[in-house]
Amino acid sequence: MEKKSKLNVSDWYKSGEPFVWLNAAAVALSAIAVIGLLAVLAINGFSHFWPKSIASINYLDPRSQAEYRLLGIDVDDATVSREQLVSSGMAHLVDNNVEIFQRQLLQMGNRDVTGMDFAWFVQEHYQSVDYPLGAMILERREWGAFIGFLRDVLEDGQVVASNTGEGEVDAATWATFETLLARSESIYRQIVDLEKGQIGAINYGMERIRLAERRIELDQPADAAQQLAALAAEQAELEAAYQGMQAQLIELYRAFERDSFTAETMDGTVVTLPMAKVVRAVLPNALSTVEKFGVYGDKLWEFLSDDPREANTEGGIFPAIFGTVLMVILMSVMMTPLGVIAAVYLREYASQGPITRTIRIAVNNLAGVPSIVYGVFGLGFFIYFVGSNIDKAFFPEALPSPTFGTPGLLWASLTLALLTLPVVIVATEEGLSRIPKALREGSLALGATKAETLWRVVLPMSSPAMMTGLILAVARAAGEVAPLMLVGVVKLAPSLPLDSNYPYLHLDQKFMHLGFHIYDVGFQSPNVEAARPLVYATALLLVIVIALLNMAAVSMRNRLREKYKSLEM
Amino acid sequence: MSEKLDFNTPALLRYRKMRYLKDRLTTAFVGVGGWSILTAILLIFAYLLYEVMPMFAAADMKSSASFSAPANSRAMYMAMEEQNEVALRVGDDGQAIFFSALDGSVLLATELPFSSPSKVTAVSTMSEASRLMAVAGDSGEVVLVKHNYLVSYPNDVRVITPRLEYPYGEEPIVLADEPLTSVAISDGEEALYLVGSNGSQLFVKVFAKEEDFLSGEMTLEEVAVDAPNLDFKAKDMAFNDDQRWLFVLGERYLTIINMASAVDGDIVVHAREEVPNARSMEMLLGGISLLLGYDDGHIEQRFMVRKPTGWQMALVRSFEGDASGNVSGIITEQRRKGFLSVQDNGQVSIYHSTAHRHLLSKRFTDTAIHSWALGPRATALLLEDAEGTIQRIEIKNKHPEVSWHSLWEKVWYENYQEPEYTWQSSASNNDFEPKLSLTPLAFGTLKAAFYAMLIGAPLAICGAIYTAYFMAPALRRKIKPLIELMEALPTVILGFLAGLWLAPFMEDNLASIFMILVFMPIGVLLASFAFAKMPAKLRFLVPDGWQPALLMPVILLVGLLCVESGDYVELLFFGGDMRTWLTHEAGIPFDQRNALVVGIAMGFAVIPTIFSIAEDAIFSVPKSLSYGSLALGATPWQTLIGVVLPTASPGMFSALMIGMGRAVGETMIVLMATGNTPIMDANIFEGMRTLAANIAVEIPEAEVDSSHYRVLFLAAFVLFGFTFLVNTTAEIIRQRLRKKYGSL
Repeated sequence: MEKKSKLNVSDWYKSGEPFVWLNAAAVALSAIAVIGLLAVLAINGFSHFWPKSIASINYLDPRSQAEYRLLGIDVDDATVSREQLVSSGMAHLVDNNVEIFQRQLLQMGNRDVTGMDFAWFVQEHYQSVDYPLGAMILERREWGAFIGFLRDVLEDGQVVASNTGEGEVDAATWATFETLLARSESIYRQIVDLEKGQIGAINYGMERIRLAERRIELDQPADAAQQLAALAAEQAELEAAYQGMQAQLIELYRAFERDSFTAETMDGTVVTLPMAKVVRAVLPNALSTVEKFGVYGDKLWEFLSDDPREANTEGGIFPAIFGTVLMVILMSVMMTPLGVIAAVYLREYASQGPITRTIRIAVNNLAGVPSIVYGVFGLGFFIYFVGSNIDKAFFPEALPSPTFGTPGLLWASLTLALLTLPVVIVATEEGLSRIPKALREGSLALGATKAETLWRVVLPMSSPAMMTGLILAVARAAGEVAPLMLVGVVKLAPSLPLDSNYPYLHLDQKFMHLGFHIYDVGFQSPNVEAARPLVYATALLLVIVIALLNMAAVSMRNRLREKYKSLEM
Repeated sequence: MSEKLDFNTPALLRYRKMRYLKDRLTTAFVGVGGWSILTAILLIFAYLLYEVMPMFAAADMKSSASFSAPANSRAMYMAMEEQNEVALRVGDDGQAIFFSALDGSVLLATELPFSSPSKVTAVSTMSEASRLMAVAGDSGEVVLVKHNYLVSYPNDVRVITPRLEYPYGEEPIVLADEPLTSVAISDGEEALYLVGSNGSQLFVKVFAKEEDFLSGEMTLEEVAVDAPNLDFKAKDMAFNDDQRWLFVLGERYLTIINMASAVDGDIVVHAREEVPNARSMEMLLGGISLLLGYDDGHIEQRFMVRKPTGWQMALVRSFEGDASGNVSGIITEQRRKGFLSVQDNGQVSIYHSTAHRHLLSKRFTDTAIHSWALGPRATALLLEDAEGTIQRIEIKNKHPEVSWHSLWEKVWYENYQEPEYTWQSSASNNDFEPKLSLTPLAFGTLKAAFYAMLIGAPLAICGAIYTAYFMAPALRRKIKPLIELMEALPTVILGFLAGLWLAPFMEDNLASIFMILVFMPIGVLLASFAFAKMPAKLRFLVPDGWQPALLMPVILLVGLLCVESGDYVELLFFGGDMRTWLTHEAGIPFDQRNALVVGIAMGFAVIPTIFSIAEDAIFSVPKSLSYGSLALGATPWQTLIGVVLPTASPGMFSALMIGMGRAVGETMIVLMATGNTPIMDANIFEGMRTLAANIAVEIPEAEVDSSHYRVLFLAAFVLFGFTFLVNTTAEIIRQRLRKKYGSL
């Protein structure tokens, strides 16, 4: 025992052990990095929907030595040194002996009242912190969140319920408030339905009539006069329908703007707010955990199913999910058959000479070409070359405004199809090469032609490989952003590319995309602080989708391998 | 009792024929389909090339028409409008004639309003694009006149109606009472300068401009000034764009006159440059650069540069003509920094200043060329020779601004102190000099890739070595998919985390980051030494190949300690804030989004690529090799270094290459995690702009088929070519390796 424990450093070094451990550390570090990254996303993404408590803080402003009250939600914490505080403009600090401070980022909302909805505060200056039960947070259609205390509820200008103090809000008052809020929400849905649905359809019809008229003007057909008359009649019909809806809309707006309420902000100002501007009202400090989960589910559903609000920094991301899915489906439909045919040709029909080998390497390597290059190709070739020629040939009536000569859904799907084609080709080829020769030979020996062997034996057996390729391609396409920025995504599309207006699928429209949404909201939005939680949630959603797709591909690959293991002799 | 089967019934025959046909059809379909799909993919290469090629197409000039001049007078000045259909000719008889630039027919002839019939002795414009001419007569009077064109479309046919306008009234300005041999005009925002010379004396008039608020009419208020006497012959004169300098070309000297305080009557000769044999002078578009044409056909570009000692004229570049002959005239383009020279042997040459290119020379006549007009788009040229014949020449010269020099070398741009590498493509106005140097972008690309590889490659390679060679199979089955999952992570998410989470975190905890770099290996080594020191009983509790699991808590602990103590370390050594210390004490500029952030984020992105290929390469080294080595008494580490790694090294090399290819082409991470400023600085605390990010930022805004657009395509082509080459090499190496293992 004595001898064994006498390990000296140079022996240890010579054994190579330290290097093995360093290599092990590299693995551990990589694994920690992956897990840590996913954890950061998950924590930030999931916590976005959780109703956080509102703190009431007595804050001593070191500059003026005045004490005032803050009302806000703790969003972020950091430790900072005195130097950092001073260099960021906080020259006045209470305690001159402290060198390291705790700093807290508070969301105080009320951008319309104070103009400052997020701010850092030094925790050493807090005098006292408590959580008043009556503190209320409102999500609004504009100006971001509102944080304060409910005062009077007004129905058509008349006070119908009221509340005082900062303690628990009177149940009846809150119920009245919520009823009126629910009413305004339901009217809002009707308005959106009318504006986006029916009036949108009329506008679309009008535009089609305008284009048809222009077309007649260009073509000068024999019966131009009759056609124009028919169009005019149709237009008049739409016009009449529009007038009716306009009246209905005015009525709805009047009802919508009926109610209001007053609320007190952190410094005691009482403001009147229209009920119509409120999306959701929560009293987070008074909620039980179960109720908080209710709010959580509600917000999560809104996130997944609603349109974005406030320059994409709030609300849902439904159009982005929809756009991503639709684009990926279109891409798959275009790309899969092509990829399979190319792979079958390379593996089954082409003579396996140096040329085929070269082509195979080239195709392999196309998967490694930067995606932005595909974007440039898509922009130059599809949009500026093919698209503008399509416009000249088929849509001269819309010129000079381009129909297909501008980025859009079709070109985005085609570009991504091209980008992911190598993935499918490689995966399918791999599947084909794994099929034992004996099976093919058996089929041929029984008298089947090559085509029949392909159809009945080879392709069915390699279908899991094709699926793997497809899933990998879909996962790659769903996360790709750089080329899409050039060929069709926008930050805010006015309507979904699939709707009830003929021809239902609008291939020429621009669309929203999850990945681009992350880039745009995180980096181009005016209020990054407010947008950050939503970006985390979006990123998390994207990661989950892609991770699921990848896992599906991996498990399919494993199943496939198992399946043919028995066939390999 | 077997029934005789007839395989050749008509039905079966038909069936067989159908089957045969189907087989043939499938073969044909797959063959044609396969080939067309593969060609379509390879079309990308061809298309990028197709968009890039026009940049390198040679310029061309062709004479398309020839007609006699619309008047017999000697042409003093000619100009042409936008569509190259109507031209103006000012003759020495005081006639301004608009004529068709296609056949020479007269459209409108006007007598210039001199107070008495005069011979025109000199004509000058501020710039061709302003169309404002100063026409000097032999009586010493100067007429300010502008040629203008109205375009209308009656019956869908374009009609161009030319006319002369007098923005400052028809009244001629009396500059001297003797004939003027040369004249120069500069029409600024607030003042109009008019300078004339009789060959030995300078006459200067400065007018303050006053606008009538009601009518919007301009009136000129004369300011009295004293002009210096010139003791040499003035051949030509020109103003620069901000009316600060007046350049006077004499017989032997170029005199630079400071007009900055001319309004106060203070006109000073600033400097005098010796330019023997300079024959002609013209201001380049924008009015910054002066072009001087010489006796032997060469042309110099000069401009004023601010040096510590004051303003100096710098010789920026010199263009060689390809045949000697006096440069009798220089014609500048109105939209680009290009120009043409006319030599008295009848030769016309096209140049571009920024690109330092002499594009083409061609001879159109044997006699001297008296006058010329270049269309605003620089697509057509009119030349009038000594015999009064006008030749119309069509010019094809789409992308003169692109050359090897302008793309990759240091270029001395206008208003710059010295030659520099600069990318600045967007133009705020027409006079802008596009700076299309790809060097800072290529540098940025390599810088980002270098830092990414610096961080990603060691982790990935070491990780691959351990995973393939030392790791327990059970752990390997978990770790490998985990790391490969990283590859599927969209880079936009990595970029977003890098830009919005890592960059601010790093700015606040700079010291912690560096402490991690130093203490992490030390911590790991200490932990492993402690483990080796532990009693064997405890050590044997941990199965072989599970070290990473043991190390995870160590790494987390070291990381946590470093982050927590970072503030105190900054306090102790860096006065509280390392960032401030770096900028103020160490003099290293610091951007929040810098190369270190990119390095970590993109390193993270390349780890899985390198890891999975390198791991495959090491894992597929035949076990018999390492068993043999171990059996001979080598330690596992010696076996690895001596046997396994040399065998797998080509595979690991190709893994690195493919990782490099990925780092070079990555767009979203660099777009989001760097400031995207195209600087040439290897400082790890500053950002960069890469080729890929540059394309993503600029191509949606680039004008289709412009030089800028094509240069961006060239950047895409470079990226494509580079990654394709790297990947192919790596692939070939890998295949070789596979073959080698196959034989073992």
